[in-house]
Amino acid sequence: MPEILFYVFAGTAVGGAVGVVLQRNPVGSLLFMVGTLASIAGIFVLLEAQFLAAIQLMVYAGAIMVLFLFVIMLLNLGHDYRADLKRGLGAFLAFAVTGALGGLLVGQLGGVGENPLYEYLPGPGELDRVFAADGIVGAIARPLFTDYVVPFELVGILLLVALIGAVALAKKGG
Amino acid sequence: MTQLSPTVFLVFTAIKVIVVFTAILLAVAYMTLAERKVSAFIQDRLGPNRVGPFGLLQPIADGIKNVLKEETMPATANRFFFVLAPALSIVPALVTFAVIPVAAPLPTPWGVVDMVVADLPIGILYVLAFSSLGVYGLFLAGWSSNNKYSFLGGVRSSAQMVSYEVALGLSLIPVLILAGNVTLTEIVHQQQSLGFWYALPLSLSFLFFVISSFAETNRLPFDLPEAESELITGYHTEYSAMKFSMFFIAEYAHVLTASALMATLFLGGWSVPFWSGDDMFWRAGVLVAGLTESGQPILASPAWWKTLVTFVAFAVKTSFFVFLFIWVRWTLPRFRYDQVMHLGWKVMLPVALAYVILVAGTVLVLDQLGVEGFLFGSALTAVSGIATAGFIFFVDRDRILRGAPRGRLPVSSR
Repeated sequence: MPEILFYVFAGTAVGGAVGVVLQRNPVGSLLFMVGTLASIAGIFVLLEAQFLAAIQLMVYAGAIMVLFLFVIMLLNLGHDYRADLKRGLGAFLAFAVTGALGGLLVGQLGGVGENPLYEYLPGPGELDRVFAADGIVGAIARPLFTDYVVPFELVGILLLVALIGAVALAKKGG
Repeated sequence: MTQLSPTVFLVFTAIKVIVVFTAILLAVAYMTLAERKVSAFIQDRLGPNRVGPFGLLQPIADGIKNVLKEETMPATANRFFFVLAPALSIVPALVTFAVIPVAAPLPTPWGVVDMVVADLPIGILYVLAFSSLGVYGLFLAGWSSNNKYSFLGGVRSSAQMVSYEVALGLSLIPVLILAGNVTLTEIVHQQQSLGFWYALPLSLSFLFFVISSFAETNRLPFDLPEAESELITGYHTEYSAMKFSMFFIAEYAHVLTASALMATLFLGGWSVPFWSGDDMFWRAGVLVAGLTESGQPILASPAWWKTLVTFVAFAVKTSFFVFLFIWVRWTLPRFRYDQVMHLGWKVMLPVALAYVILVAGTVLVLDQLGVEGFLFGSALTAVSGIATAGFIFFVDRDRILRGAPRGRLPVSSR
C-alpha cells in the first residue's frame, strides 16, 4: 500500500512539475505547482514526517503560492510570455545546466553509500525512539529549540532584515 | 479496555468517514434553515414555514431546486478553472472535520472506538494546512469568471484570508503552550484535567480566534468577498445551480468546522462540565481515567451512554457557536475594506504576539513557583482577564460601548 501511494504521489509531483513548465497560462502553472507541492506533502506523510507535510501545505502551498497568485494577478494579466523566452546562448546555457544537474542526480541514484550525508542519517529504530519520547512535533521542536537555537534565531533575524529591506525599498520608490 | 486490531480499525474508520460526511451535509442543510429562521426572528418575520411542519423540509426543497436548475457558463470564462473552483472550495471545508473528536470513546465487542475519524499526531496543524488551501477555490472562482466584480471578490477573499490566518495561528499558540500538545484529543483531555475550559485562562486567545474565524469563513462583518451591495455577491456572481450550491455548502461547512474547533479548543470539546465520569484518554495503548499519586493508571469505564451524553455536550457547544455566527451576521454591518486590514495587521497581530509572550511568561513563573491545578487555572484566568479587559477598553474608542446621547447628535457632527 505505501509503495502504491508513493508512486501515485511521485507521479503527480513529477507530472505537476512538467505541467508548470508546459502551461501557457501563468495561473495554470501556479495551480500545477500547488499540485506538486501537495504531492510532496503526501510523500512526507509516507515517510512519517507528518509535521513537515503540514508545514509544507501551510507555508508553501497555502501562503507562498497565494503570494505568487497575487503577483501574477497584479502584474501580469494577459501579458505575452514569448518576449521573455531566451534564445541562442541563453537557451543553450539553460539546457546545459539542467542536463548537468540531471546527470548529477542520476549519478547519485546508483551509489547511496557514497552520499556524504549518509553518516548523519538516523540509524534503525532511532526515529521510533525519538517519536516515542517527544512525539512527531517534538522530534523537530526539541533539537530546533535546544541544540540549534542560535542558528534558528539567526535565520529568523535574517528574514526580518529582508522584510525591513523590502519595506525600505518600496518606500524609496514611492 | 484495549485498542482495535488493524482490520477492525480500518472497518470502523470507513464507517466513521461515511457517518461524519453524511452528518456534516445534513447539518449544513439544516444550518441554512436555521439561518433563515433566526434572521426572520431578528427581523420580526416568520421565515420559511410552507414546506413541511415549521418549514422543516425547506432544505430538501432547496436542494432539489438547485439540482434541477440550469447550469450557466459565461461565454468568456476559463472553462476548466470555472468548473474546478467549486470543487477546490468544498474539499478543504469538508476534510478538516476529520481530526475533531465528537464524543468520548465508544466501547464495542471488538475494542474501544475513538469518536474521531483520524486522531492524527499533528492534529490542529492539519486543520490549518487544509484551511489555508481553501483560498484557491474562491480566488479561482473570481478569476476564471472573467468578470471584474467577481475578480475583485476573489482578490479580497485571498487578501483577507491570508491576513487573518496570521492572527488565527498566533491566537492558537497560547493554547498549544498550555496543552503541550497539538492533537485535539489531548487538548480536550488537558482541559478536563486542568478543570478549566481554555476560554477562561486564555480569554484573549478565545476572542481573537472567534474574530479570525469570522474572517476566515467570510461571514459578516467580514463578508467583503461577497458584499452584495458593492460586488453583486463577488466571486460567485457567475455561478448557478449546483456549482453555486457547492460554494454555499462550503461556506456553511466552514462555519460548522470553525464552530466545532472553537468548542474543542476553548470550551472543553465533548467533556461535560463538573463531571469527572467522562475523563478518558489513551496512555501507552490503555484507556485510562486518570493517574494515581504514584503514577499508576486508573482504568476508564467507557459506556455507550457516556458516548451519547458527551456527544450531546459537543453538539450543544458547537450549536452555540453556529448560532453566534448567525446572530452576528444579522446584527452587525459590514466593515470597510481598510478597516478589515487595519484590524488584522495593526491591531490583532501585535496584540496576539504580545499575548503569546504574556501567557508564556505567566506559565513559566507559575511553573517555577510550583503552582498547579485549580490555583494555576485561576491565576492565568486573572492575568488573561486583565489583558482582555485592557484590550477591549483600548479598542473601544467610546470607552465601553457608550453610544451617542439620546435625542441629539454627537458633538463632532454638530
